[in-house]
Amino acid sequence: MSLWGWILLAGAVSIATKFLGFLVPAKLLDNPKMLRVAGSLTIGLLAALTAVNTFASGQSLVIDARLAALAAAAVALWLRAPFLAVVAVGALAAGVARLLGAA
Amino acid sequence: MVLTQSPAVRVALSVAIATGLYGLSFGALSVAAGLDLAQTMALSLLLFSGGSQFAFIGVIAGGGSGISAMSAAALLGIRNGVYGMQVNVLLRPSRWRKLATAHLTIDESVATATGQTDPDEQRRGFWAAGIGVFVLWNLFTLVGALAGNAMGDPARWGLDGAAVAAFLGLLWPRIRAKEPAAIAVVCAVVTLLAVPLVPPGVPILIAAVVAAALGLAGLGPATEGLEPGVEPYRTGHPAPTRGDV
Repeated sequence: MSLWGWILLAGAVSIATKFLGFLVPAKLLDNPKMLRVAGSLTIGLLAALTAVNTFASGQSLVIDARLAALAAAAVALWLRAPFLAVVAVGALAAGVARLLGAA
Repeated sequence: MVLTQSPAVRVALSVAIATGLYGLSFGALSVAAGLDLAQTMALSLLLFSGGSQFAFIGVIAGGGSGISAMSAAALLGIRNGVYGMQVNVLLRPSRWRKLATAHLTIDESVATATGQTDPDEQRRGFWAAGIGVFVLWNLFTLVGALAGNAMGDPARWGLDGAAVAAFLGLLWPRIRAKEPAAIAVVCAVVTLLAVPLVPPGVPILIAAVVAAALGLAGLGPATEGLEPGVEPYRTGHPAPTRGDV
């Protein structure tokens, strides 16, 4: 399937997931196990995406300017900067690290 | 009641502007990941869930396949199904409104609605935030994608660093307690161990399986991680926890 196919399928799955929540009985909300799984999935996926985008280059692990972006973003978040500022700080840090000779 | 006097609507508008603005970064990162303008807009219009959209392009940017990207986006979107249950209980939309209500069920609209106690205000907050974010998110995605196209090489502008920061920014508000932090660390380590062993994109799905197993084993957070990653009421009265809903 082409990338377009996967994009449209991802959209359809997203709408279906949200809609499903409106169809199931509200009682399911009381199931702590299901809530735990959904919560830890969200955290695990975001952590995995952060790690991959920082260290992966294809199938190898590298340390490059993106690590500076991670560190700078963490400092910005710790200082309670808004999301857009955090993103800008990340870009700036990676750019500066490259100017200073990082890969 | 005049809409501009509704506290929920006022909060919703500020949330919509803040969230819409970061559509800029999604648009720019999406074209940097190799998607074209129409594909980028299709994600914002149809998928319409920031975390899942970033996940999709994050996998593609790393050289992952379409099916890995779609799977990561779908798994990250599971929390929207849980939000759907909450919104259904809260707003009780009529049968014909359900689909529109469902599409607008995202972190921001849920957080705005559940932060109110009066049912009318909850309704206003949900729709104002949902529609406001939808319009601005798509508008700024377009602007970001056009800007990204004009910028050329993403590494030169540190856009790959922006992606790292974006994911950390999405994760950060969800890891205030010890257990969620442990899950995040375990999943990050598992992902990195898997990178050299399996094709790009697959490590993220392996981490998802580990995260789900941790949750099933009861190690997961009872509420943390499922709360919307936004706090529209941070400056005013404190946002209620899930237990208050």
